[in-house]
This record gives sequence, structure tokens and C-alpha cells, in this order.
Amino acid sequence: MVVIKWTAADVARRVINDDKLFILDVRNKEAFEDWKIEGRQFNYLNIPYFELLDGIEEVLPQIPSDRELLVVCAKEGSSIMIAKMLDEAGREAAYLEGGMKSWSIYLEPIKIGDLTGGGELYQFVRLGKGCLSYMVVADGEAAVIDAVRFTDVFLDFAKEKNVKITYVFDTHLHADHISGGRQIAAATGAAYYLPPKDAEEIVFDCEDLTDGLKVQIGSANVTIEALYSPGHTIGSTSFIIDDRYLLTGDILFIDSIGRPDLAGLAEDWVGDLRQTLYERYRELIDDLIVLPAHFMIVEELNADGQVAKRLGDLFAENHGLNIENEEEFRRTVTDNLPPQPNAYQQIRQVNMGKLKPSYDEQTEMEIGPNRCAVR
Amino acid sequence: MKNTTILDAKGLACPMPIVRTKKAIDSLESGEILEVHVTDKGSLADIPAWASAGGHEITEQTEEAGVFVFRIKKA
Repeated sequence: MVVIKWTAADVARRVINDDKLFILDVRNKEAFEDWKIEGRQFNYLNIPYFELLDGIEEVLPQIPSDRELLVVCAKEGSSIMIAKMLDEAGREAAYLEGGMKSWSIYLEPIKIGDLTGGGELYQFVRLGKGCLSYMVVADGEAAVIDAVRFTDVFLDFAKEKNVKITYVFDTHLHADHISGGRQIAAATGAAYYLPPKDAEEIVFDCEDLTDGLKVQIGSANVTIEALYSPGHTIGSTSFIIDDRYLLTGDILFIDSIGRPDLAGLAEDWVGDLRQTLYERYRELIDDLIVLPAHFMIVEELNADGQVAKRLGDLFAENHGLNIENEEEFRRTVTDNLPPQPNAYQQIRQVNMGKLKPSYDEQTEMEIGPNRCAVR
Repeated sequence: MKNTTILDAKGLACPMPIVRTKKAIDSLESGEILEVHVTDKGSLADIPAWASAGGHEITEQTEEAGVFVFRIKKA
């Protein structure tokens, strides 16, 4: 029999549909514990492939027969080998094409909603990394916000929608993933905007993303308005789109809030974070739909795969928005922080234009979860 | 040093470096040394993890010009 190959898109469908799946992850224990494919209905068994070289008979009883089986490894080679062994033992198994590397880079575009005058807002969910990017489409034009480095996905999507990308924004200088914003702007002739306070060390030209900046997409009156909201970085800026959506960057997530330490200035920025979350955002209307730049856990996905929630609901439910005591808030966001994202200092250098790693080196830097949040 | 077998696994991608290493170790006597030369970066984590799972000891690990060399003492 031929071993079945699944693409990252096939796995993404099963995550979003809440399908049942059994994943035999044959990477090292450390790699598996650090980062794996998350699904609400997924079960796992982690056995390094090199412990199975003498045969898989011993593990067969641990693999349920009533659900689909996917073998996953880092790149794909050892998962093909193990899937073949399972197949020879009479157990149908698929392997993930490109392994965790392809899972890390896969983007699923999901429509968030309609905008004024026939406009549309899309969220691009990078399931393997927890990154969320956005595209506003209206009347032949488009704006891209917090694009990840797979620029073809955005360029192709714009082509498919028959729109010209005219604005490219980054809410802040990212530390967890490499931005594709600058490259998209270069490829399309669009203007690239970055908050000036995050752009002090950059080695390329960009436009200033300042508080109150308002741009219109197409002639359809879809507006994108910038709201300065420091705290994750000193420049962090949010967007209000079509008076209905609040893009919070890495400041506010569905189940957590941004961490202020990735540029090494937690103590300095914790006050900004508090002010943004407890004062600036409080002045906004509760009915705005919050669209963050990340999710941490798959439970944050809505039934249709969107990562979105009403601001009013977050004020009621998000732990980070409900720490009345300022000292306790300070402790929460500066002590006991989770480990920092892989290669975060180098990634900042790349986003400043100072480092120019190869494609493979970029993949290596971005491996693992994003870890931009505090819960 | 006596009883050192050299395995050239350069250019091989996962899982082949480990598959070959295992085969080579299986043919050795306890206490003998296997020197493995690999270029696959995945082997950097996998060879020590595999060796440790089997009780083999890595006595030396070096790198030169992108080639990783492991000296493994069979358990």
C-alpha cells in the first residue's frame, strides 16, 4: 500500500473542524514537550523514531483503531519510515508532508466579516505558530496588517481578490516572528508603516505609524485608524477598522495579555501596558470585536477557526484585564514570565533589517511557539 | 586508538543517519568506538538522544566545516 500524505492544510482543516485525530509524534521528547500540533480533539503519543527502529509491534496496542492516525516528525523523513512500518503492520497511517517545518509556516485564511460598502476583513491564522495576520479588502484596494514572512500567501490572495495592496502596517517591531511587511510593500509599491518609537534602529525607510493616523481603503469609506497603545513594545499601536474591529497587536489577546519584556525593558513598559489596557482600551466601545496578532492555545479559536471576541466580553473574562491591584499587575507581567520565544533577539534584528538570514535560517529562528503573552 | 569504526553518513537526511548508526553499532562489540560523520543538523539532537536511550556513551563531539563528528562508545 502507498503511505498516505497529508499537507499542513489537511491538518488545519481537522483542527478547525474539531475532528478526532491520533498523532504519533516521533520527534525527541524535548521537541514534543516544547511544541506540538494542537487540536481540541487530538490525542498524542510521543515516541522518538529511533526507539522504533527494531519494530513498532510494541506500540501498536497504544494506538487506537477508531480514529485517524497521523505520524509527525521534524521534517518528514522519519515519519514516512514509521508510517510505512505501521502500514506493513496493517494499520493505516498518514504522515505530515514537510513535518513540523511545514506546520510552522502554514497559513489558513478565514473571513472575519463584511465591511462598509462591500469590503471584507480576513484573518490569516498561522496555526502552528499562533500568529495572526490581517487583510482589509475594499473597492479594489487592500491593506495588510502584521503580515508573516510568507509574502506569497498575501500577494496571491490579493491577486485572487483582484485588489491592489496599497498599505502595509506592522503594529510593532515583532520579536517572535519575522515580518513580511517590508517585502510586501516592496513588491506592490505600497507604503509600509511602523510605529516610529519601534523604528529607531531600523535600517530601511518607512512611514510613521502615529496615533490618530487614519487611512481609507478604496472609495468605499472603510477606514483604518491607528490608536497608540504601548506596553508590549514602546511603539505598539492598535487599529480600529470600520469602527467595528479592534486589532490589538500583541497588547491584548483572547485569554491573556501581552508581555512587556521582549525588548529587555519589562520594568519600564509595565506602566504603559497597564495604562493601555486599563485606561485607553476602557474608553472604547464594548461592541468592538477584538482581533489580536496571536493566539496561545487552540481553545482560543472560535468554532469557525476565527480568533475574535467582543471587547466587552474580554473586559469581563480576561484575567489580565481584571487585576485591580496595580502592584499585583506589575508582578504578574514581570515575574514568572514564560520562556522567551526562540531566537527573539535575532528576530528583532531581522525585522530591523540588520540581519539577513537565508530562508532556512529564518525557519530555524521561528521554530517553536510564539510566547508573546502572559496569562 | 584501536577498535574505532568510522561511519560516513554525510549528506544523509533524517532518519538515515540514525538508521545507519544503529546498524553500525549493532555490529560492534561492547566498549568499541563508532565514529559517525554527519551533516544533517537534526542529528545534533537525535544522535545524543538515541545514544542515551540505548545506554551508549558519547565520548566526544566536534564540528568542522559543517560536519559533525560523534564518537560513540557501545554499551
